[in-house]
Amino acid sequence: MGKQKIRIKVNGADMEADVESRLLLVHCIRDVFGLTGTHIGCDTTHCGACTVHLDGKPIKSCTLFAVQADGCEIKTVEGLEQDGKLDPVQEGFWQEHGLQCGFCTPGMMMTSVALLKEKPNPSEDEIRLAISGNLCRCTGYMNIVKSIQYAAQKLRQGA
Amino acid sequence: MIPPPFDYHVASSVNDAIGMLQKYGAEAKILSGGMSLIPLMKLRLAEPAHLIDINRISGLDNIKEADGFLRIGTLVREADLEKSELIRSKYPLLLDTTLVIADPLVRNRATIGGNLAHGDPANDHPATMLALEAEIVVVGPQGERKIPVTSLFTDLFTTALSSDEILTEIRVPIPPARSGGAYFKLERKVGDFATAGVAAQLTVGKDDVCERVGIGLTNVGLTPLKAIKAEEALRGKKIDGESIKRAAQLAAQESEPTADLRGSEEYKRDLVRVLTIRALNRALERCRGGK
Repeated sequence: MGKQKIRIKVNGADMEADVESRLLLVHCIRDVFGLTGTHIGCDTTHCGACTVHLDGKPIKSCTLFAVQADGCEIKTVEGLEQDGKLDPVQEGFWQEHGLQCGFCTPGMMMTSVALLKEKPNPSEDEIRLAISGNLCRCTGYMNIVKSIQYAAQKLRQGA
Repeated sequence: MIPPPFDYHVASSVNDAIGMLQKYGAEAKILSGGMSLIPLMKLRLAEPAHLIDINRISGLDNIKEADGFLRIGTLVREADLEKSELIRSKYPLLLDTTLVIADPLVRNRATIGGNLAHGDPANDHPATMLALEAEIVVVGPQGERKIPVTSLFTDLFTTALSSDEILTEIRVPIPPARSGGAYFKLERKVGDFATAGVAAQLTVGKDDVCERVGIGLTNVGLTPLKAIKAEEALRGKKIDGESIKRAAQLAAQESEPTADLRGSEEYKRDLVRVLTIRALNRALERCRGGK
């Protein structure tokens, strides 16, 4: 049950770590790679605060072992901003007040980014379905939906 | 929550995985999507000393029709089922089912094989596969064998697979013309297990006479249940409001729910009745070409 070496591309950078097989991906991201933007909420696969992209797909990183991601690419909330410019989804959450306490926000935004990549023009129902695995206890979701709509519009205009 | 330590093994092929299962015996568990197993390990309700990861085995993620069956590889993710044009156009019962499993993020990882092999009566595919009268393909040291889903679930969290066998494929008979199915599930919130769920699959002939019927029940017994008496009551009869009502009563009687936070036994039985009516009505509409 020794440690094993894993290589993961994180936000475009090649990272290496010696990890125990039982280390969860979210702990690897936060404690080993030092990227604390990804949050641990419920730790029981319900809340989605720990959502990151694994090879482009949003997943709950509290329910995956880091060793499973060996050789894969992950993207965290820190990877959204490019060259000092916010991602349209980040800008949307800012402009439309899509957060209050902010705890769910990193996961919520990662899910939103993945949604807009697949469906550039989602209906409100599609947005609500897409974020149904991400829980927010502050906003009542209204402004989160508006934030995603803002980002969708901005992306369509060729942000 | 930190799971107990274990040795992690990546299987490169089905035979490789079987070899590891033989080597490590009862200490080993197969890791597929991990959406049930990893939470159980975090709660320390499961403490396998060896995890055999099958996610990197190629060729287990196909969805295709061949030899009279819809053949679904064990590693097909719920999200893949949802996106599959074949499933969307021809298998409404499967599409209904996958769309109400957990949440979209979990569905990006969760596999159909894991959903069945876990043997959880609260999982959704078991009832659906009972209604579709599917069979599963398992591979072990002696080669391949097929198990009808009707004999797959032997007890709570227990299946007919032996400890050195792996579920590799699910085979659903391609339904004839004028077939349709539907899945109805009541859950308290997205991601919850079903308070109850009902899967129905029908094939009707002239004047809506029932030629084939399958009804499966979710989370109302120690194992996923097939509502055999309800099916018998419909077979050869005209499917209409009266016969559906009668079948739904029988399905409620056949269910074996227990009281928990989701509701009393009586409530769940009545829920089975109501959901059976809805599932059969929707299935009938779809037999006639409806959405």
